[in-house]
Amino acid sequence: MAERDVTHTLSVLVDNEPGVLARVIGLFSGRGYNIESLTVSETQHARHLSLITIVTTGKPMVIEQIKNQLDRLVPVHRVVDMTLAGNSIERELAMVKVAGKGENRVEALRLADAFRARVIDATTESFVFEITGKSDKIEQFVALMLPLGLIEVSRTGIAAIGRGPDGM
Amino acid sequence: MTREMTGAEMVIQALADQGVKHLFGYPGGAVLPIYDALFAQKDVKHVLVRHEQGAAHAAEGYARSTGKVGCLLVTSGPGATNAVTGLTDALMDSIPLVCITGQVPTHLIGNDAFQEADTVGITRPCTKHNYLVKRIEDLPRILHEAFHIASTGRPGPVVIDIPKDVQFAKGVYSKPKDFPHIGYKPKLKGDMAQIKAAIDLMAQAKRPMFYTGGGVINSGNHASQLLRELVKLTGFPITSTLMGLGAYPAADPQWMGMLGMHGTLEANMAMHDCDVMICIGARFDDRITGRVDAFSPGSKKIHVDIDASSINKNIRVDIPIVGDCAHVLEDMVRLWRTEAKQVDKKALADWWKQIDKWRGRKSLAYRQSNEVIKPQYAIQRLFEQTKDKNTYITTEVGQHQMWAAQFYGFQEPNRWMTSGGLGTMGYGLPASVGVQLAHPDALVIDIAGEASVQMTMQELSTAVQYRLPIKVFILNNGYMGMVRQWQELLHGSRYSESYSEALPDFVKLAEAMHAVGIRCEKPGDLDHAIKEMIDVDRPVLFDCVVDPAENCFPMIPSGRAHNEMILGDSGESLDDAISEEGRMLV
Repeated sequence: MAERDVTHTLSVLVDNEPGVLARVIGLFSGRGYNIESLTVSETQHARHLSLITIVTTGKPMVIEQIKNQLDRLVPVHRVVDMTLAGNSIERELAMVKVAGKGENRVEALRLADAFRARVIDATTESFVFEITGKSDKIEQFVALMLPLGLIEVSRTGIAAIGRGPDGM
Repeated sequence: MTREMTGAEMVIQALADQGVKHLFGYPGGAVLPIYDALFAQKDVKHVLVRHEQGAAHAAEGYARSTGKVGCLLVTSGPGATNAVTGLTDALMDSIPLVCITGQVPTHLIGNDAFQEADTVGITRPCTKHNYLVKRIEDLPRILHEAFHIASTGRPGPVVIDIPKDVQFAKGVYSKPKDFPHIGYKPKLKGDMAQIKAAIDLMAQAKRPMFYTGGGVINSGNHASQLLRELVKLTGFPITSTLMGLGAYPAADPQWMGMLGMHGTLEANMAMHDCDVMICIGARFDDRITGRVDAFSPGSKKIHVDIDASSINKNIRVDIPIVGDCAHVLEDMVRLWRTEAKQVDKKALADWWKQIDKWRGRKSLAYRQSNEVIKPQYAIQRLFEQTKDKNTYITTEVGQHQMWAAQFYGFQEPNRWMTSGGLGTMGYGLPASVGVQLAHPDALVIDIAGEASVQMTMQELSTAVQYRLPIKVFILNNGYMGMVRQWQELLHGSRYSESYSEALPDFVKLAEAMHAVGIRCEKPGDLDHAIKEMIDVDRPVLFDCVVDPAENCFPMIPSGRAHNEMILGDSGESLDDAISEEGRMLV
């Protein structure tokens, strides 16, 4: 029986040192793992720690491999499987540029309001919206903007954090 | 000790503080300050190789025969890239190395300077860890941290890339006591509940099998002793991978021979049919498992490994235990004793009866000849004449390597140095240089093929320079034997480029390099010639001319299961032996 592919979000706490991202990415490309989304930023300045959030897909055995392989890298402090932990929040930010006139422009603004997207730049013929939320909400918003004059989209990728009082 | 010194002096001081006696290397522009620091001291002896790959393999041989970290020093650019094969080899076989590379000055990095290469970029996937040292303040810590990382957990190679200006810079040196800041903390003790479960499962086994690997050797001599104790306590049969040979004595009746692609019939059949498999320090490599979905289908599997990522990678196991082999084996032996575990004697006796039937097939048998030297016979004679001496064996890669593994009976760990994971032709000669330096009074033999040995032949000069009486025992069949065998099996005997035209006269070559050359072509002359080789106190190239057509059997063809071996005299058509899917595999 063939196992199905599953999608997991991994939070990886690493030393913020040169080359650490290359190690993580090299691991994925070298071993043929998938990266659906990847975000990285220093989160604890005093301790020089960065948090890398990776969304990956694969067979359950491969996901287990990915976690163990990540954990084996010397600058990696912790790997937490947010999907397995179950009670995590995942958010993404996107900036969406839409150009148009007349009715389309009004409609874009109306939809943006419904999605709680903010206008962060405007000209007489364009808007840039900032929208935050789950990935599927962003997908949906982008799809709606497509016929209204969508020009381009810039997305941050997924950031994740666990619910409740405990840290990772 | 804390004092001010240059970066180059720190390198040598740190090596001395780590107890390094020998450093294999080759000078160049970007490491001249370090060579200057070497010149001024006596603690660390530098061994000049002829090519940086040789430095890496020599350091590997040194490390594997001693259990210590092997060290090499190479220059920037080509020096570093030449070392890459050896680093990859060490990564695949879990050998602790510290490799110091020179780098162009920091202000030139990224400028395509002369002899500049992105060494940390190139070596990132072929090292356990690597560093580019940009500040002199970081150098003492990194030097010692590198030894810590190379030698602990699952051992591996570590590269320290040091720009030339950092080598000249002055700073304060001290040896750090520990490394609290790093996230790297290998787990030594196994989970006791899992170990208990493993012991319980072993006691219920009807057809048990120990399957051990290089992890036992890497865990130290103590691990091999504990393994022997556990195997004796239980009375179970034991096999091992190529990497694990010597952890359990080959002369013992419970020893089944090596398993895998060229393993014995009894070892592979027992792996296939067992009901409890106890894997210790091995990693279910494709040379071992054959077809994964037909691998030991009826067994419960226990897997002990220090590297969590080795567990459930290829084969799903029932009882995973993450920990160091010696620590886990110690707990297993103790628990087995304190719980007074008893095996199922009746079932075990039946199992041994079955194993003896398989043994009766004599899967390593070959047809002896009075005319031409059979390579198997050559190894057997070599073994007979060296087994009572203080002998270390290295090999190159190919048929001769498999015959050495099959016919040389290793009794102790750390006596067998071979390139298992990467399969590096040219490994054995430089490795024997490293082994001989570590064990000046021992008999060190590189069992070689005439094709492999030409890849790093120049290191014979190193052996001559340092008066290292290594013996290079070449099984010369005029072919890249294993390539030829696969072409016979898979490609209709079309021997495309696997025949070496214009082979050197190895005797004259040896003499030209100030070593001793011996040639032997007849089985009747072999014993005498081997004795002559052993008795010479100088490096020897031994050209043993063997049957060019001999194949290495038994063999599990690619894509087949353990119980589908081809034996030498099976008469099975080789063309039919491998399926279409099998042809795609390596």
